[in-house]
Amino acid sequence: MANLKNAVHLFRMAAVFAAGIVLFLIVRNIFVPKSFGQYGHYRAAALKEIADKPIMFAGHGACEGCHTDVFDLKSKGVHAHVACESCHGPLAAHASDPTSLQPPKLDVAVLCVRCHEAGVAKPKDFPQVVSAEHSGGVVCNTCHQPHSPRIGDAATASAEKSSGGGQ
Amino acid sequence: MNLTRRRLLYLLPAAAIAWDAVLAGTPEAAPNYNMTEHWWGFLIDVTKCIGCGTCVQACKAENNVPDGYYRTWVERYHVADWNFENPVVDSPEGGLHGFPPSDKEGGKNFYVPKMCNHCADSPCTQVCPVGATFISPDGVVLVDKDYCLGCRYCIQACPYGCRFLNPQSNTASKCTLCYHRITKGLTTACCETCPTGTRQLVDLKNPNDPVHKFIETHSVQVLKPQMATQAKAFYYGLDGSVR
Repeated sequence: MANLKNAVHLFRMAAVFAAGIVLFLIVRNIFVPKSFGQYGHYRAAALKEIADKPIMFAGHGACEGCHTDVFDLKSKGVHAHVACESCHGPLAAHASDPTSLQPPKLDVAVLCVRCHEAGVAKPKDFPQVVSAEHSGGVVCNTCHQPHSPRIGDAATASAEKSSGGGQ
Repeated sequence: MNLTRRRLLYLLPAAAIAWDAVLAGTPEAAPNYNMTEHWWGFLIDVTKCIGCGTCVQACKAENNVPDGYYRTWVERYHVADWNFENPVVDSPEGGLHGFPPSDKEGGKNFYVPKMCNHCADSPCTQVCPVGATFISPDGVVLVDKDYCLGCRYCIQACPYGCRFLNPQSNTASKCTLCYHRITKGLTTACCETCPTGTRQLVDLKNPNDPVHKFIETHSVQVLKPQMATQAKAFYYGLDGSVR
């Protein structure tokens, strides 16, 4: 007992350390998010937060359900693999509630040249024109049906008859 | 009820357990989406890119990217004659509005879309001091913006220059591979809108994915392979002058 009596100051230090460790564990428990470390050294709940963001582009599958006439025309032409929202812009709001947001009318003069204006860096087999020489200011959809633009395609000819060559 | 000391001692641990459950939250993936079944990558077919900038516009619209910053961008390369080591590269506004006519003549000219390579051994996640950026179990490099300090270590660590400090939140920001879309069964905004099929999402765990088959059977390469980042953005038809 005499030995222990001389070691009281050590027990006091041990008690202070123990209290410190307990305090650290409590503070750590409060500040480290519960999902931290579930999959790795990060907060697993962040995955769900990032995945829950709303989408802006509905995807061409959403368009094809309603706009079957345009889809049929487009799928036979050279623009078959160009998605609707490539030109029409992000329209998830329109797809989820068609009446709330009407897609804006497109400026064909700007839109077509974005891809088809001639440029040295473009692949040689990609159809390109120098727009000023090609049409002399006449807008593209005077001659071309944007959903099936190649002149002479059967689909284009029948669509022009029924719709007058508009958009 | 008379709250005695004895009853309070019973109640406190129960309350602590309940509070624990409230703090925990429950991390869940989207319904029908199992993270362990996917390992996402990307294919960029340089031979098809026309430099229209639709991908850059779509990325900005989908992800609310601040003006002057880009999660993906398009570069135009001009390699004159033999000067393979010194290509002339321009990317006005990241190619957002396409490219003005080139004043370069001859040589090789082509477009190269760039984005986060979603490296499997990414330098950016390794340097983060707080675990705010990480590789998800399905192979996407993401930033937890609520945990990011904005210290910028990851920005200087990325060998591809794909990260930036978002001036609105003062946290690191980057391509999420449209994680909010791919977990819902959609493709990324840039792949969705790319008119030529240059950009394609690929699931490297799905052997029936046609893009996966393409990578399996064609010569593809990654950017800066000497950095050993295990990049998962595969380029087809890439010229050796691309940095």
